[in-house]
Amino acid sequence: MEDVGEKFLQVVIALAIFAAIIGLIMLLVDRAPKSFRDKATIIGFLAPAGILLTVGMVWPAVQTTFLAFTDRDGNVNGLDNFIWMFTEPTALVTLRNTVLWVILVPTISTIVGLVYAVFIDKAHGERVLKALVFMPMAISMVGAGIIWNFMYAYRGTEQDQIGLVNQILVWFGGEPRQFLLDAPWNTFFLIVVMVWIQVGFAMVVLSAAIKGIPADIVEASRLDGATAWQQFWSVTIPSIRGALIVVVTTITIITLKVFDIVRTMTAGNYDTSVVANEMYTQAFRANEPGRGAALALVLFLMVLPVVLYNARQLKKQKEIR
Amino acid sequence: MTSTPAVPAMGTDTTPDTTREAPITRRVKNKLTSRGATIAAIIIAVLWTIPTFGLFISSFRSEEVINDTGWWTSFTQFNFTLQNYVDVIGDEGSSSSNLGQYFVNSLAIVIPATLIPLVVAAMAAYIFAWGRFRGKDTLFVFIFALQIVPLQMALIPLLSLFVNLQIGEFQLIPPGSYAQLWIAHTIFALPLAIFLLHNFIAEIPGEVIEAARVDGAGHTTIFWRIIVPLSVPALASYGIFQFLWVWNDLLVALVFSGGTADVAPITQRLAELTGTRGGEWHRLTAGAFVSMIVPLLVFFGLQRYFVRGLLAGGLKG
Amino acid sequence: MANIRSKKAVLPLAALSVLALTLSACGGSEGDGGGEEPAANCSAYEEYGTFEGEEVSVYSTITDSEQDLLENSWADFEECTGIEVAYEGSNEFETQVLVRAQAGNPPDVAIFPQPGLLAAQAREGYIKPAPPEVEALVDENWSEDWKSYGTVDGTFYAAPMLASVKGYVWYSPTTFEENGWEVPATWDEMMELSQTIADSGIKPWCAGFESGEATGWPGTDWIEDVVLRQAGPEVYDQWVAHEIPFNDPQITEAWNTVGDILKNEEFVNGGFGDVRSIISTNVDVAGDPVVEGECAMYHQATFQAANWPEGTDISENGDIWAFITPGEEAGSSAITGGGEFVAAYNEGEPITAFLSYMASAEFANNRVEQGGAISANQGLDASLASSDLDRQSIELLQSEETVFRFDASDLMPGAVGANSFWSGIVEWINGTPTEEVVDTIESSWPE
Repeated sequence: MEDVGEKFLQVVIALAIFAAIIGLIMLLVDRAPKSFRDKATIIGFLAPAGILLTVGMVWPAVQTTFLAFTDRDGNVNGLDNFIWMFTEPTALVTLRNTVLWVILVPTISTIVGLVYAVFIDKAHGERVLKALVFMPMAISMVGAGIIWNFMYAYRGTEQDQIGLVNQILVWFGGEPRQFLLDAPWNTFFLIVVMVWIQVGFAMVVLSAAIKGIPADIVEASRLDGATAWQQFWSVTIPSIRGALIVVVTTITIITLKVFDIVRTMTAGNYDTSVVANEMYTQAFRANEPGRGAALALVLFLMVLPVVLYNARQLKKQKEIR
Repeated sequence: MTSTPAVPAMGTDTTPDTTREAPITRRVKNKLTSRGATIAAIIIAVLWTIPTFGLFISSFRSEEVINDTGWWTSFTQFNFTLQNYVDVIGDEGSSSSNLGQYFVNSLAIVIPATLIPLVVAAMAAYIFAWGRFRGKDTLFVFIFALQIVPLQMALIPLLSLFVNLQIGEFQLIPPGSYAQLWIAHTIFALPLAIFLLHNFIAEIPGEVIEAARVDGAGHTTIFWRIIVPLSVPALASYGIFQFLWVWNDLLVALVFSGGTADVAPITQRLAELTGTRGGEWHRLTAGAFVSMIVPLLVFFGLQRYFVRGLLAGGLKG
Repeated sequence: MANIRSKKAVLPLAALSVLALTLSACGGSEGDGGGEEPAANCSAYEEYGTFEGEEVSVYSTITDSEQDLLENSWADFEECTGIEVAYEGSNEFETQVLVRAQAGNPPDVAIFPQPGLLAAQAREGYIKPAPPEVEALVDENWSEDWKSYGTVDGTFYAAPMLASVKGYVWYSPTTFEENGWEVPATWDEMMELSQTIADSGIKPWCAGFESGEATGWPGTDWIEDVVLRQAGPEVYDQWVAHEIPFNDPQITEAWNTVGDILKNEEFVNGGFGDVRSIISTNVDVAGDPVVEGECAMYHQATFQAANWPEGTDISENGDIWAFITPGEEAGSSAITGGGEFVAAYNEGEPITAFLSYMASAEFANNRVEQGGAISANQGLDASLASSDLDRQSIELLQSEETVFRFDASDLMPGAVGANSFWSGIVEWINGTPTEEVVDTIESSWPE
């Protein structure tokens, strides 16, 4: 097993190098002349993140922006890619679906996650209950796609069903359905998969926030004779507002980028494609990098409201301080 | 010092709430967790578990059986087999062996790819929360907005950068090495990590930091002695999510790992096990569980670290 | 308190390391299956030269058990020439090879299953023209047609490797005999037979087009088969080259002819359900009802042989056998097929040696001997084939009489052949009218 040792030696060396770099930054910051020390701190602390992001994200983003205005041979073609996006029916369906995903996934996931977190708070077997709902997070999106393909699997009325959802329908005397073939409902069945995954995230974060609510506040509201319901609205929700915003924001962004689920379950057929999946298809399959880039830009514009809202919250917090 | 229990006295003490509850709060909690709530929670838990449970049962069934009957019939017919697991873990030829190697690779990738972004992001988040310079908020919003740069768009530029980063013939970060994966994962993690950690670090009461400053502590001391210890719950929470994303990642690995048993993670191996035309996909049922073991262990191992308020609400006592 | 807590943290870590050790102990054997075999006879490999310590990286779509067989086929070559072949197989090859080429980090050698993708990479200037030695070998071992698939704009780039014959119709001889059904000799007879079977209460056909992100490809094989048989090889070539549009009446007619089977509720989808279940049925299980007698015929290429349940007797009078999809006339032998092409992104003597070996008859014999593969290499000894069907397919490929046409979707530009053609098939089975589908595909053709 010498190569296992070798591999972990690599890891140790890498971490040591990293620690050395960080240590050097700290040293330089501490040794900087007093007049310059605050500036040095800011530069030193931001440098690692700044360099990495510039190289790995800002630069590709700039490239993508230019790419969005070119055709497949790299010639500038003005707004053609955007015109295609807002005229081509399939591209419009893609945009519509993305909006559906972005509205539904964060709301449902956060609500279910919050309710669950409140219900199991300090209940017996809390850890087990948490782990069960968290489990989908530990499965890769591709794995989740397989699981739900199983759930939705269809067999004709003469055959035995192999998908649980259809089996339940049949048990209750219904006809088996092809869940993933009928637009627009199939998009909702895909959204279910994403919700199933993201509730675990929402629950973990919100549960931690609930545990952070100072006990004396809870106690005070109880002595005022508040019911559990009133307490939930007047104590729990205001206390975890920050965490709620974080959860909704994060899930929104993860949802905007979703593509594994759509790719493994329907490959974007049957009008289920979303922007991120279409982007991948256009850039790598249809050999239209310009269109892919244009879709990426539109994705960016879609997330802008979320960003601005968070920025406003940030400002508010500052004022409170 | 404030009296909010969310910020214990300086130090690394992160004892869970449950151990220091006053008797009175325990009475409160008994009131709150009514029977109905518990039943509702159990229903949700069951609903959430059924799909995975179905896959788990399926992973012990042969390919033919999986395609012919539902997994729930196995309890009456009792047709279980370990074949899928043998296919995935066993070692017959180059194709189905060495899962252990890939498993080690996954660990070797995920540990630095989790720790490095945590430290880098915490440093940046500290400055955004407590530093003072012109244009700070704008820069922060800009970094936050970078989250939306789709991975697929950044892969090619990053890969060509690694390729071109050479001194003469010597490549600084050779292709098909862990280093490429670590750096790539770190970059893709930073925007979200900075955003989440900033939210938490900004909540730390200013008095704590002020007091340390009066005692003559410098920025580095404040960061390592106060900010990091107080942020352990947030770091642990974000750490586990980053761990999961890296562990389950396939896209980044496909581009940067080179696909050999020296570097490629377990996800890439499992994807190949489905065969040239994807016909052996039933192996993924077993593969999914083999690769789930570690994330779940980590989750249980770290759970106790984030019982205290991650991003504790804006109520300052 | 403190030490209890640290113990708690150690537990998962300890469990992890134990797990890692156990797993790595499971996968101890690396590389060659323990050099127990006698040294290879190297006389056959002298012509390639020796390059001790050189490495050639190879990237392809072939994974899992087929990867083992492929790697075995060049084991002797490695041993005798000293070249180490660093092989990587991936299901994501089609996109990843583009990414790597674009980033300047391509493999030395890539094995392309689609000439269309190969042509695109060659036109972008990534792929190196084949060395003259390799071209000479291809001239000797392959027909003009096969050479032309590896040729882009007059320059020869890539030698063919393995092949598959598409357009077989799989059936169960025992079921046919029990019911007194005859193997049809013409398309019309096949339609009559389908009706007869349908009247007897069994669905005559089963089909499954679901294949992850490539969903729809088995349907393209159906269309291609009918275009070749109904409109003829000339039209087929014009269709591939886009000299006639995709929505040309002759092509539309072929779609409708296929539709007579696939969109006919009486004829499909045996063992699975209605017409639309075709697109949600995975391609690898779609043939299974033939064995169980729930469906009579299944249209799929030679590689379907590997998909039958273990222990199935594949022979003329056994459980499963196949006939070539009949044409308009009896005895016409026009077939479609696929194959892989070996192209180089880099140059160098070891790479040339490897390419030469891959284009040689030795390689074809070494690979075919291990089973589950066929090749159109003229130097291949058909008697080495592992099954009757493979032997028959090789003879078809090598015969002068056969009109062979390469899988059209693989020749078309990726935007059509690996994208809109697939999704078009899916929409079509899902109920969209033929005209609308072919118009959409036509509009997606890159100009």
